[in-house]
Amino acid sequence: MKTHYGTYGGQYVAETLMKPLADMAAAYDKAKADPAFRREFEEILRDYVGRESPLTVCRRLSAHLGGAQIVLKREDLNHTGAHKVNNTIGQALLARRMGKKRLIAETGAGMHGVATATVAALFGMPCEVYMGAIDVKRQAPNVARMEMLGAKVHAVEEGSATLKDAMNEAIRDWVTNCDDTFYVIGTVAGPAPYPEMVRDFQSVIGIEARRQCLEKFGRLPDQAIACVGGGSNAMGLFAGFIDDAEVRLVGVEAGGKGLATGEHAASINGGRLGVLHGAKTMLLQTDDGNILDTYSVSAGLDYPGVGPEHCHLHDTGRAEYSVINDDEAIAAFDALCRFEGIIPALESSHALAEAIKRAPSLPQDAILLVNLSGRGDKDMENIIKWKESRRQASDATARSEG
Amino acid sequence: MKTTRIANAFARAKADGRPAFVAYLTIGYPTLEKSEAAIDQLIAGGADIIEFGVPFSDPFADGAVIRAAAYEALRQGVTLDSALALAARVRAKHPDTPIVVFSYYNLILSKGAEAFAAAAEEAGADAVLAVDLPLEERDELLSVLKPHGLTMVPLIAPNTPIERVVESAKGVEDSFLYVITVKGITGARSELPPELTDRLDAIRAAVSMPIAAGFGVSTKAQAAEIGRHADGFIVGSALVKRLGETGSLEGDLLA
Repeated sequence: MKTHYGTYGGQYVAETLMKPLADMAAAYDKAKADPAFRREFEEILRDYVGRESPLTVCRRLSAHLGGAQIVLKREDLNHTGAHKVNNTIGQALLARRMGKKRLIAETGAGMHGVATATVAALFGMPCEVYMGAIDVKRQAPNVARMEMLGAKVHAVEEGSATLKDAMNEAIRDWVTNCDDTFYVIGTVAGPAPYPEMVRDFQSVIGIEARRQCLEKFGRLPDQAIACVGGGSNAMGLFAGFIDDAEVRLVGVEAGGKGLATGEHAASINGGRLGVLHGAKTMLLQTDDGNILDTYSVSAGLDYPGVGPEHCHLHDTGRAEYSVINDDEAIAAFDALCRFEGIIPALESSHALAEAIKRAPSLPQDAILLVNLSGRGDKDMENIIKWKESRRQASDATARSEG
Repeated sequence: MKTTRIANAFARAKADGRPAFVAYLTIGYPTLEKSEAAIDQLIAGGADIIEFGVPFSDPFADGAVIRAAAYEALRQGVTLDSALALAARVRAKHPDTPIVVFSYYNLILSKGAEAFAAAAEEAGADAVLAVDLPLEERDELLSVLKPHGLTMVPLIAPNTPIERVVESAKGVEDSFLYVITVKGITGARSELPPELTDRLDAIRAAVSMPIAAGFGVSTKAQAAEIGRHADGFIVGSALVKRLGETGSLEGDLLA
């Protein structure tokens, strides 16, 4: 088991969880080496998720920008509408092998909750999902989906009532019920072996994309770009290209209202070293070491920490991490809708915005591969509200200037 | 040697023919002033060791009572530094009572391990219990604490194998083992698990340092039952709850 990534990672958990983590790591090592496990995982990804997901060249958008070609890896076309399901299938298969009877999960935007509820239904296991009360409100369609799939959703009212608090409550459930319960973590954060395991299950994204690029373009992309909250879709994409030194790996953090305002979720760019939820990682925290409330228009990036391997890739320089603010992400969202007929998730819109920023100054034969990690149906209500509040603000400005 | 305060506290209790009483409080709940008064009351009422629970924003190992106390203390601006300042005042009044700084690791890491260790030594603390710093990760802090005369209190869970208990005891023999009675989070429970006494016997047979059991302990009967199989018992949530409700811990400390 890989426990540390440079100075990051580890197993900073209460003693009661050390045995379940050791059992999980041993079971995962065994499963990894078992061709039958691999076969079943790949079969479900093909027949149930609908993999492989296509690559889509953004012809009109790229022509409009007048520079590099923007190419999308279409994880939004997966069953359940995001990359999250790749990981939940892997973990549910492992849970079943370990004889666990019950799945629990935390969720922010609700996509991981939906993906866990989905595999729980598929495997006939009871499922409980912890979700911050604020997220329950702003992602109501996903709450309804989870409940329709048979999961019980707990609204967590404590703390900032968002993803970190949902994760706290999921850990409390797990520490109490660890004998029969498997905690399905949705990102490359948490104690070892989760960061490694989740990356491995998501690496299908990058492995497919690498092969597809070679088939389609006869070469590798110049840059591989993905949004980073906890960082699972980014780590999945990066995994395919990590040994290709010529491919720049770009993670995009949520800048919210701007780094300077303090209202953001950019842990690598705006945080400092800390320990939360089992891992040593870059954290948004007060001077006293308490965890800060984060902010992003996209609930799925609204987490004060980040996967430890990302911090390590940042330190070594193998990957670079930039910041995209709310309004840049919304502009990218609009552009993809209008130029390509694709409605992306707000999370993925951050990665797209970074590509849109970079494309114009690059030659036309450059390829920017963007992980379109999810679709935007869940975000409709929020985007409508966001635009309405912007319109009111600009009306007010126009009036005061007039 | 200041870490002998812990050994002395257990020795005194043993000489009296009783288990040591380890009391946990969330510092700053309901207020810092009341915490200070409550610690005096605890010591007057027979507590042998005081655990200074430092409030953290994300108390994922705690039950509802201690979480609510932590949020309230944070709302009042209580920090690791204010807890250490209180420790210094308590140390001045009570030279022999061991003080354990009890919290989540991020508060210590954020301050810096060396700066923390120096401040904790200065305040007269004896040991640190970081809930989320298990055996595999603890050396990075323990190696910094030791030169300052501070030790660490390891947690032992119901599913910790005995070989691991022995490993956990190494290098902190001047401390005590905190044996968690149940899988789960902190909070009073009406009954302790039936297998607990056998478990305590097995742990006591495996190590030579004192062991104390906690999580769910709130009554004299529970404390007495644990006392037959361990060197001490730990009470937390029940004290925090009463302090929140009545503002004081005067009189009998156990129900």
